[in-house]
Amino acid sequence: MKCEELLTMLNEYVDGTVDPAICDEFEKHLAGCNPCQVVVDNIRKTITLYKAGQPYAMPVQFRERMHDALRKKWKEKFPA
Amino acid sequence: MTNQLTPETPDAELVRRAQAGGLDAFEMLTTRYEQRVYSLAMRMLRQEQDAEDVTQQTFLSALENLDGFRGEASFSTWLLRIASHAALKVIRKRKGLETVSLEEATEASEHSDSVPHPEFIADWRQSPEQLVQKREVQRLLDEALARLDEKHRLVFLLRDVEGLSIHETAEALDLSEANVKVRLLRARLQLREQLTQTLGDPATQLVRSHHHEH
Repeated sequence: MKCEELLTMLNEYVDGTVDPAICDEFEKHLAGCNPCQVVVDNIRKTITLYKAGQPYAMPVQFRERMHDALRKKWKEKFPA
Repeated sequence: MTNQLTPETPDAELVRRAQAGGLDAFEMLTTRYEQRVYSLAMRMLRQEQDAEDVTQQTFLSALENLDGFRGEASFSTWLLRIASHAALKVIRKRKGLETVSLEEATEASEHSDSVPHPEFIADWRQSPEQLVQKREVQRLLDEALARLDEKHRLVFLLRDVEGLSIHETAEALDLSEANVKVRLLRARLQLREQLTQTLGDPATQLVRSHHHEH
């Protein structure tokens, strides 16, 4: 396996969905290729960091406005 | 219908009750997902007013089209689909374009053989656990994300931040799974490159010898 081929299978490897036979080849390449090891590690950390990132807090006033608008619309949809 | 709604009531049950006219069930669904929808909109649009518009549109549209929701996808995927298309519409408007940039036909270069090569390869100086606490890192993450093309950004956000599967992401964006995979790979590689430029330790930088085989 070449570095280029490894690159095309990065998603599956990182997500743990790579075919077991290919996974062996992938890991064999990794064991002897320091740059690819670091790239895989960087990618894993990139994903972890974004997953752990803070969500944007929704402004409270906007939330109230939106729920008011939804209730109004609801009354049109389901008139009592 | 005498059962009390609780935070544990499953989405499917809330949807059923909302479809039968239960406003409280619909409001609970809204409360459950509004933060995620708003965050997605903020990360796509980086502008509060636009993010608020997209969030409100998403839930108004969900309310109007509630009868059309048949549960083929999960409710959250259905909502994120509405929100994604609403956000793209805003981006399109900003650019003054008429056509959706998500169309696959225009993706001549979207093959995995044209995936960009990693350039800056180095270990990071700190762990994600240490980094995530820092305000300047949050800004770095936002800026790196903003530099992605919106079609790559959206795929990354749905798959890696919102945790949708490849299949769900493809459904939400009306793309093929193959296309989602290529976009995700490009997004991940591009973000890795940008983050490593700042977070990588130059002392550990490695040079990849191209085309070598093991």
